[in-house]
Amino acid sequence: MTARFIIALCSVLLVSAQAAAQNWPEKDELRFGFIKLTDMAPLAIAYERGYFEDEGLFVTLEAQANWRVLLDGVISGELDGAHMLAGQPLGSTLGFGTQAHVVTAFTMDLNGNAITVSNQVWEAMKPHLDMADGKPQHPIHAGALKPVIEAHNDKGEAFRMGMVFPVSTHNYELRYWLAAAGIHPGYYAPLRGDTSGNIDAEVLLSVTPPPQMPATLEAGTIHGYSVGEPWNQQAVFRGIGVPVITDYDIRNNIAEKVFGVSNEWAERYPNTHMRVVKALIRAGMWLDAENNRNREEAARIISRPNYVGADYEVIANSMTGVFEFEKGDVREAPDFNVFFRHNATYPYYSDAIWYLTQMRRWGQIPEHKPDDWYLDMARKVFKPAVYQAAARALIEEGKASAADFPDMNTESGFRSPEHTTFIDGMVFDAREPNAYLQRFDIGLKQDSGRL
Amino acid sequence: MTTLTLPQWLQPWVRLARGEAPQAQIRLLLLQWAAPIVGILVLLAVWQLGASRINTSLGQFPGPVQVYEQAGNLLAEHRAERERSRAFMLRQEERIAARLAQQPDWEPVRRSYTGAPTFFDQIRTSLVTVLAGFLLASLIAIPLGIVMGLSRVLENALNPVVQLLKPVSPLAWLPLVTLVVAALYTTEDPAFSRSFVVSMVTVMLCSLWPTLINTAVGVKTVSDDLNNVSRVLRLKWLTHVRRIVLPSAIPMMFAGLRVSLGIAWMVLIAAEMLAQNPGLGKFVWDEFQNGSSQSLSRIMVAVLVIGAIGFALDRIMVLIQRRVDWKQD
Repeated sequence: MTARFIIALCSVLLVSAQAAAQNWPEKDELRFGFIKLTDMAPLAIAYERGYFEDEGLFVTLEAQANWRVLLDGVISGELDGAHMLAGQPLGSTLGFGTQAHVVTAFTMDLNGNAITVSNQVWEAMKPHLDMADGKPQHPIHAGALKPVIEAHNDKGEAFRMGMVFPVSTHNYELRYWLAAAGIHPGYYAPLRGDTSGNIDAEVLLSVTPPPQMPATLEAGTIHGYSVGEPWNQQAVFRGIGVPVITDYDIRNNIAEKVFGVSNEWAERYPNTHMRVVKALIRAGMWLDAENNRNREEAARIISRPNYVGADYEVIANSMTGVFEFEKGDVREAPDFNVFFRHNATYPYYSDAIWYLTQMRRWGQIPEHKPDDWYLDMARKVFKPAVYQAAARALIEEGKASAADFPDMNTESGFRSPEHTTFIDGMVFDAREPNAYLQRFDIGLKQDSGRL
Repeated sequence: MTTLTLPQWLQPWVRLARGEAPQAQIRLLLLQWAAPIVGILVLLAVWQLGASRINTSLGQFPGPVQVYEQAGNLLAEHRAERERSRAFMLRQEERIAARLAQQPDWEPVRRSYTGAPTFFDQIRTSLVTVLAGFLLASLIAIPLGIVMGLSRVLENALNPVVQLLKPVSPLAWLPLVTLVVAALYTTEDPAFSRSFVVSMVTVMLCSLWPTLINTAVGVKTVSDDLNNVSRVLRLKWLTHVRRIVLPSAIPMMFAGLRVSLGIAWMVLIAAEMLAQNPGLGKFVWDEFQNGSSQSLSRIMVAVLVIGAIGFALDRIMVLIQRRVDWKQD
């Protein structure tokens, strides 16, 4: 009897040990939100290629109306996770806008945005451009836009541009581009309740959801916008605007979208979180595999109405390594969308810190903070430990090799300062955020005081 | 006279076949059949001609032919999605078997298909939501209307509230409803999704009023003779309502219900669009956001379907109204 009992006990223990080793998901029915942009592709690919199912997850993907609705969905728990702007988990954790602790363990892509102006603005910019072989010389600096803005201001009209969310990459990129040419994009002053970001502004920036950008430009409400794909290429196809610069030329290879979840969710469902990241890593690998060989198929998948829904030609334009500026001016853009190479998916603290510096530069962080604060905040939001666990599991299962990932034993969480190039030639060292901020002509600094 | 029991639209045919006043029958037939057909044909022609002259930034405005094609595409997509759903279920069984082999004590849970809802799924969602909202509105409006019609005091008390709330647009209610439902409807495993409840309550709030007002007016029109009979017989209050008030009020009440249902349908589409709740409204909004070369045709299909369903709902209400309104017989 006892022998039998011991054997039974052993087998039970063995089974539960196996279950623990397998890390089965605590929650298997999941709802993820996304915005209709090409960089939601990792989610669509993980779904369509069965990577979520391989992890025992039943995922429903739902398009959201705008970034605010999406973030509220994650915070309220209506969504389990979402395709987010890298600045969203950071902004909400430090309390700009809705205060909530949101974290991320996976970067969905690098780059992928551009700035587009209306046809009239483009015509007015043209005389101020440097030409080479009958084509405008790239990158186009905002200096060419300056006389157009001044002409508008002389007529007593405001020059308006759209971006997608106050803490969006697009906002910081547009501001970076404008400020690099001495055009003031305006400060935020949240302590005074001013979250419009238009204090001292020469260009009035406002929020428009990405899919509505072309329609808003066409209606004349804004003169240009900064947005992700396919909404720049859409403007070219529809003949309503001209992209002038991609974000790759403004500042490159810093986390663009992340997969965000609430901290509460992450703590409650650690295995689920790790498995979601596993599926997303595989999707990223597939998207960048063999020199973007799968990109056309990916463009076909996300052109379905339930994903991005724009025409295949429009999506494929930027996803397959080229980018069309003025109609017919198609240029090579191999790194316009990066989903895996350059360790794209790893959640680097340095990427988080770059966003935090921009939040400080424009007043979304209203007061000076010491360098330590920046790293602490990055650690609070970016969770490389979850990513590392997922990567190790994939290596163990033979679905990835160690060479695909940064060396996890020595990884510090900081990309090298040479990794990113900026349009104004600045160098960003994430270990010294305040010294970096001090070097900008336009932007808040340690001694700026409160606005 | 058997012809009298035939539906009205059949009568001229039967009479024509019998040779009863053939000229009059033919005139009647032209009026009943030819005129509507000509009307629709003219509409199609104007649509086709007009469409080819409108160039939007999403391409030419779709004419009837493109819209018909897209309707076919939507059906094909629906069938493809069903096929994917079947494949999903098969894969799920395989995975359950594989996990059971590793972990025999695990109790498998079968999950429903996780794919995107098709156009036809959205139609069903909208229909269910509108009927639920309308039912809820009627359950509130009819009793309240009866009480209002019976009591001068209550009528005077409620009238200003009704007049104030009646003209409020669903779009104004929606943010409030969304937040209140989010705050109050917080069960761990809800029977209905929150978006369904939000749409339903918005529909209810907007479609309440015609039924309420008509019921109250209908109740007040009970003739004095009947009221006197009731008083003489010393009928109890409930019996009085059931035997005297309701029968006289029903024609007015159903006229109100019919208006309410029409409003409910219009409100629902707007609410779904704004709140991004599942349904036909969301379908339209998603297609608008997609901005593909097919989006306009697909939106036109949705517009026609919304119109057809609204028309069908109205017809159904008319049929019910005829059934219950015995005065007409």
